[in-house]
Amino acid sequence: MPNVSMTVNGKQVSQEVEGRTLLSAFLREKLDLTGTHIGCDTSQCGACVVHVDGKSVKSCTLLAVQADGASVTTIEGLAQGDDLHPMQAAFRDCHGLQCGFCTPGMVMSAVDLLQHNPDPSDREIREWLEGNICRCTGYHNIVKAVKQAAQSMKGQQAAAAE
Amino acid sequence: MHNFDYHRPSSLDDAVAALGKGEDASLVAGGMTLIPTMKQRLAAPSDLVDLGGIADLVGIKDDGDSVTIGAMTTHAAVAASSAVPPSLAALAGNIGDAQVRNRGTIGGSVANNDPTACYPSACLALGATIVTNAREIPADDFFTGMFETALEESEIIKAVRFPKPEAGNYQKFENPASRYALVGVFVAKTKDGVRVAVTGAGNDGVFRAGDIEQALSANFSPDAVDSSSIPVDSLNGDIHASAEYRQHLIGVMARRAVAAING
Repeated sequence: MPNVSMTVNGKQVSQEVEGRTLLSAFLREKLDLTGTHIGCDTSQCGACVVHVDGKSVKSCTLLAVQADGASVTTIEGLAQGDDLHPMQAAFRDCHGLQCGFCTPGMVMSAVDLLQHNPDPSDREIREWLEGNICRCTGYHNIVKAVKQAAQSMKGQQAAAAE
Repeated sequence: MHNFDYHRPSSLDDAVAALGKGEDASLVAGGMTLIPTMKQRLAAPSDLVDLGGIADLVGIKDDGDSVTIGAMTTHAAVAASSAVPPSLAALAGNIGDAQVRNRGTIGGSVANNDPTACYPSACLALGATIVTNAREIPADDFFTGMFETALEESEIIKAVRFPKPEAGNYQKFENPASRYALVGVFVAKTKDGVRVAVTGAGNDGVFRAGDIEQALSANFSPDAVDSSSIPVDSLNGDIHASAEYRQHLIGVMARRAVAAING
């Protein structure tokens, strides 16, 4: 079996896996990082979104071996200790979730959006989240949360620059 | 998914060798089509040869009159590139969703020749050249039928070279569920005249709409477009849209593309 090594949430991991092991299964079953959810398992719903080398991808449609040598961030890797990431805090403040199943993927996608578009419009947020499906609370408060996170992250950057 | 032997070569030569050794080996680029297909057990290769380790296949080069896009360049990278003609960048930026665009590649899309994929229409309309490890293939000779291309066994796409058009525009009528093109039309004004390519509609995959090209060559205006001469029996009808509806949509999308070019 191939050996796969990668950095997951800042920690180096190395394991033998079957070639067919999906990254989503590797994270959940081998590393017990069950914050990454598997919804549709057909690359449509986005519950499984993680970052691979800084870019959001659907981990149910990536083999673990394809991420060999990469740096992977999951929802568990966002908070700093007890301090939630601004995106997580905004989802809580704005009630951007109901059942919470889609939330890890929503948050990971939205964090990627703000990396290259720090001040997105409502439309840009909705277009970016096209690959993330929420079946209960709807998208209105999710869009609000992403906007709030964008503002608070801009504030943090301004404070850091002073 | 059935298991397979995984290979990650770091050069094209090694990739060709790995492809030749496997009993039923398959290349994987971004994997956005192949991995879901394997999960459904519609494909079960004995060996998977991952092109993701070959650095030479990634990148966009501006050659002045043309732009060369490495086969493993993602849709997201094409969409964000200022070297790429705006019509092509816009097409790339509207494929699938953001996460698919972060993994999916131009080489994978072109090699797969999905009859509803966007890129093949750009290749045909812009008169692209598919550069492989063995030769250069004009787009007009490359797409030979639904999921069929001129690629030989063990031939690997290195890059796609696009001449820069005077103007171009791609209009896609999306399937509302999958976002694939129910009908997509790419209209380009090139130095060889007007070229119009249609994806999503043809029984044999992407094709050029000769009658619309001629009409637009004489009069480049939306009013000149008439898709009624495209034989209905050459078009695909399915649960999503009848062949007659697709024929109609070709005209609508072509008119929108021409109107967008004329501004």
